[in-house]
Amino acid sequence: MNTNYKKHILDHYRNPHNFTKIDNPDYSLSATNPLCGDNIKIYLKLENDKISEVGFQGEGCAISIASTSIVTDFIKGKTIKQIKKINEEKVLQLLGTDIHPSRMNCALLPLEALNGILN
Amino acid sequence: MLHNSCMINVKAIRKDFPIFSHHPGLVYLDSAATSLKPQSVIDAQNKYLSQHSTNVKRGLYPLSEKTTKAVEQSRSKTASFIGGKPDEIIFTKNTTESLNLLAYVLEDKIFAKDSEIVTTIMEHHSNFVPWQQVAQREDAKFKIMKIDSEGKLNLDDLRKAVTKKTKIFALTYASNAIGTINDLKKIAQIVRKNNKDCLIIVDGAQGVPHLGIDISELDIDFLAFSAHKMLGPTGLGILWGKKTLLNELKPFMFGGEMIKTVKEDKSTFAETPHKFEAGTPPIGEIISFKESLDYIEQIGYKSIRNHELNLIKYITQQLNKSFQSKVTILGPQKAEERCGLLSFTINNIHPHDIGELLGKDNICIRAGHHCTMPLHNHLGIAASTRVSFNVYNDKDDIDQVILVLKEVIELFDK
Repeated sequence: MNTNYKKHILDHYRNPHNFTKIDNPDYSLSATNPLCGDNIKIYLKLENDKISEVGFQGEGCAISIASTSIVTDFIKGKTIKQIKKINEEKVLQLLGTDIHPSRMNCALLPLEALNGILN
Repeated sequence: MLHNSCMINVKAIRKDFPIFSHHPGLVYLDSAATSLKPQSVIDAQNKYLSQHSTNVKRGLYPLSEKTTKAVEQSRSKTASFIGGKPDEIIFTKNTTESLNLLAYVLEDKIFAKDSEIVTTIMEHHSNFVPWQQVAQREDAKFKIMKIDSEGKLNLDDLRKAVTKKTKIFALTYASNAIGTINDLKKIAQIVRKNNKDCLIIVDGAQGVPHLGIDISELDIDFLAFSAHKMLGPTGLGILWGKKTLLNELKPFMFGGEMIKTVKEDKSTFAETPHKFEAGTPPIGEIISFKESLDYIEQIGYKSIRNHELNLIKYITQQLNKSFQSKVTILGPQKAEERCGLLSFTINNIHPHDIGELLGKDNICIRAGHHCTMPLHNHLGIAASTRVSFNVYNDKDDIDQVILVLKEVIELFDK
């Protein structure tokens, strides 16, 4: 079998980091991918303008769950201003694997959720 | 192409489909999305484009007359193929357009206060959303029949669902997602018994290519299907309707090819079916579609059905044997009750992961909700994995799917 499902992607999928609900979050950000049925919710808590706690819950394919796990790791300790700067390129770089065009929405699901900060 | 009356010679058939020589080792199990095209269909389209690429009707010169004749021959062939008459065949873009055309032309004609539309939870979006939208615009009741645990309709529910107020009953011949075949004859009888004026509209996109249909034996009013799912070209759909009903309905689009006379203050329209075919049609596609129908007829539905049943039985057996309780097969469990496709879920592995990993090994299957979101919601799943068959598939294709699926499960279970 040919696969781009690298070990770290599968590790994040099997044991996603930050996979927990956070009570009284400052931000609760949802994103869904109706095509796949993926849905996630990211919770953020701020302290001195920085992310002090982050968690997420949801269900989805390996790519979307691994991506959310990796992105939530990355945003810990960042400011809202820094989070707003995260773009597609950055998420793909963090994922560190080739993403097929048809799976791009899965990979970018956490970014879609984080864009909720803008609203 | 070599085959005897009941057995299909897949090796010989594959030689008729040039895609296999371009992609050696291709395992194509997504014919429910679109089927592959045999050389005869490609040749017919090429011949039109290269030898007489003129318009229909308008030209008074031999080349245009030849084109018009070829298009009308294809219309006649399509009619006889389904047991209808040529002037009941309307060429559209696809099944979706056929059904939307109907939803558009029927809306102003039949809706009155307290109207009802009845459909089922197993419909493809194209036979669901148009009626949902008409119901919302007209403030009509939109009734959705549910299915049992094997994905089948309960005929007692049907007896209750269709009432004197039901204007439209929209139903698929066979489910594109879970394969359920609906007994159109029995269902039409029940609908008529409750309400003889209710229009029975059938989505034949999956059923017609794999099971065939004889509308002269069915009391239905409209049938929609697509050429590209039956070894034919894309961009061509068919809407069949009872002549008396088509005559009563107003045109859907206006323009060239569909008028009789146009004056500054009024216009009159061509007869059925031409009044529903505004503009230049997909000529090469219509002409080449005749070749698809000839190809299917040459093999015969009896052999096609027999072949697909064997494949359904084989994959069911292999999935259960290889993955046991990890696999859930959706829809009817008896092969005879399903069309030439099978959908399943495997543990918690998302179908899109399965689809991508199979795809990398040259295996084409479908993963997702297959344009049946209400059905998947009803089943309590976000998505499923679908394999669908046609005459060019064999047991080796299934063996390859099972082999890679084992590797996928191993990868995820590590």
